[in-house]
Amino acid sequence: MLKLPVYLDNNATTPMDPRVLEAMIPYFTEHFGNAASRNHPFGWEAEEAVDYAREQVAKLVGADPKEIIFTSGATEGDNLAIKGVFEMYASKGNHIITCTTEHKAVLDTCKHIEKLGGEVTYLQVKPDGLIDLGELEAAIKPTTILIAIMYANNEIGVIQPVREISALAKKRGILFFTDATQAVGKVPVDVNKDGIDVMAFTGHKMYGPKGVGALYVRRKNPRVKVTAQMDGGGHERGMRSGTLNVPGIVGFGKACEICRLDMEEDTKRIKALRDKLENALLQIEESYLNGNKESRLPHVSNISFKYVEGEGLLMGFNKNIALSSGSACTSASLEPSYVLKALGLGDDLAHSSLRFGLGRFTTEEQIDYTVEQITTTVNKLREMSPLWEMFKEGVDMDKIEWAAH
Amino acid sequence: MPERIYLDNAATTPLCKEALEAMMPYLTTHFGNPSSIYSYGRESRMAIENARKSVAKILNAHPSEIFFTSGGTESSNTAIYAAVRDLGCKHIITSAIEHHATLHTVDFLHCNGEAALSNVNLLSDGHIDMEDLENILSSSEDRCLVTLMHANNEIGNMIDINAVGVLCKKYNAIFHSDTVQTVGHFPFNLRETPVHFITGASHKFHGPKGVGILYINENVKIKPFVHGGAQERNMRAGTENLYGIIGFAKALQLATDGYEKDSAYINELKLYMMATLKKNIHGVSFNGDPEGRSLYTVLSVSFPKSEKSEMLLFNLDINHICASGGSACTSGADAGSHVIRTINNNPNQVTVRFSFSKHNTREEIDVVVKKLKELI
Repeated sequence: MLKLPVYLDNNATTPMDPRVLEAMIPYFTEHFGNAASRNHPFGWEAEEAVDYAREQVAKLVGADPKEIIFTSGATEGDNLAIKGVFEMYASKGNHIITCTTEHKAVLDTCKHIEKLGGEVTYLQVKPDGLIDLGELEAAIKPTTILIAIMYANNEIGVIQPVREISALAKKRGILFFTDATQAVGKVPVDVNKDGIDVMAFTGHKMYGPKGVGALYVRRKNPRVKVTAQMDGGGHERGMRSGTLNVPGIVGFGKACEICRLDMEEDTKRIKALRDKLENALLQIEESYLNGNKESRLPHVSNISFKYVEGEGLLMGFNKNIALSSGSACTSASLEPSYVLKALGLGDDLAHSSLRFGLGRFTTEEQIDYTVEQITTTVNKLREMSPLWEMFKEGVDMDKIEWAAH
Repeated sequence: MPERIYLDNAATTPLCKEALEAMMPYLTTHFGNPSSIYSYGRESRMAIENARKSVAKILNAHPSEIFFTSGGTESSNTAIYAAVRDLGCKHIITSAIEHHATLHTVDFLHCNGEAALSNVNLLSDGHIDMEDLENILSSSEDRCLVTLMHANNEIGNMIDINAVGVLCKKYNAIFHSDTVQTVGHFPFNLRETPVHFITGASHKFHGPKGVGILYINENVKIKPFVHGGAQERNMRAGTENLYGIIGFAKALQLATDGYEKDSAYINELKLYMMATLKKNIHGVSFNGDPEGRSLYTVLSVSFPKSEKSEMLLFNLDINHICASGGSACTSGADAGSHVIRTINNNPNQVTVRFSFSKHNTREEIDVVVKKLKELI
């Protein structure tokens, strides 16, 4: 029997893997020490657990454990990376290059940097969601200190040409920061092969706990420094103060280890399910896949159903399928997705999109159910839609002049 | 292995069973992102808002004044930066015995040329000199931020938060109090307390680590410290630490329910330890004002220095007794405690902080004092 609701919003957050919770429990109970307590075993046990987790996290992304700074999540990581580089490298310049489809944590931080007197270039993306490397190169100035381009997009799942970006950054002596929140744990990310200098990611997008994340900060070739944004006891080698969230960190470490060991298997299975879902839904008339189909996360599919209101669509099966039309962080607003708008989609297509985020616990039965529900709902909504009727009658919708309202 | 005796509850406390039980559903089935609009998300959102209401009610504040953060350090950083950058404070008044989350933030702003800095005088018992505070406030040409901790984490001294607040009000100053050691240990009535910012961290009162609160009085409007999402009404971006927030509220509820019984019991333990130490160890002294305005959870003891006592913490550990030389946040550094150095610069003493919880017993105190007698 299928248990409802079906959860297909793993880009917003993931359920915790039971193995992760199991690893955390002792640190909620008997090993409760403060990892900074140096005079007794409660402190040492906590510190040891944190060190072990740091190794697990580092190993997943090919980093040295000393390059991992624990944070409260990716948003804090994004803030620390961008503000921290901006302050630390102020004598070198004040220009940052990012792109319009970044997560709000990056975009809002960049807006804040502009208020502080920084200069930010927001690159447009191509219709497939990828940045144009030529435009990136052209945007570089003598004052450019940072290129901040996300690894994979949270709404459409496209993977940016990270290695080309980092090669360009390196050639021009600019630091490269990537928000890899959606990519780490899902696809192989290697800070050395990918040439990443600073990278933010988080536990709750990879079957770990909420409230804990990491910032990778390169220590060699080049040695990168960021100015701390939270001052205090000097934890995390002075880059991030505050009592360590030991159980959270232990869970995050375990989640990273599981991702590293299971990634290949998981990906194969999840991708097959994603493709099955996508192929079936693209059979629906006037449905369009958003974003580059090839360079993409294996568990994500973003599809627009023309002549159907996305919010109406969501309401149609909301009770049975947990899905979103875009980022959770902006899903309370009824504005169309700024990411889809950036791809050049009109309001009609941007408004009629659904983001499918599959995960480790998605089953074939759930996918079959979803295909059936969505197909039915789309058809039903279109039957009631005058626009759909006009389209079927052959009216050229683009030529219609709408009355202002 | 013999049972360890944990007397470092000012560093962190064990999570209580009921808080973990309350958290469990949010670590398993109720995992939705609170910003998502479907059922998984809505139930998470509801749980967070109920937690906020519960916390607000206990502190007698309005729910819109309570913001969840990653902990006390983030809360203090947010408040201090906001006071200087958003509320026009160009002069910071603090004391030399604040927690490093305050001192290092204040130092950064001072060195960056964003604010002048004054340290209020301390009396010999470690209390702040209110007359000096008023002098600094009255002679300042700029708007002041007063940041003074409610209770000191190393010696336990408490300020009269109302009296300081009244002074701040008189001189139109912003008042931030680091209340990490007192939230969950004392009743608060924020509606009647003239303070703009207070902070809390649940791992100090048997709640989870990685979650804290910042209270922002409704009369002050500040800009966010962490950017990038509409969480916490645009004040603190980032996916909420759902289970942590639930645990925070539950732990605060339990601490409040047990306050009268637990505080009387713990205070009794502290006084018992003082008396037993005085009786058994010659030359022992206590830092701060332990029998006056002081945390009932903290006892800072100075022992006469000798060849044996120099290794005291090490020897305590060997004997399965967990205590600390000062704040955990600095206990790795050899620099020693800045607090003890400030109030008691006697090179011939060794200082140990014992901090208690409701789980400690008189029998444990007896064992510790007996062991101390041997070690000194």
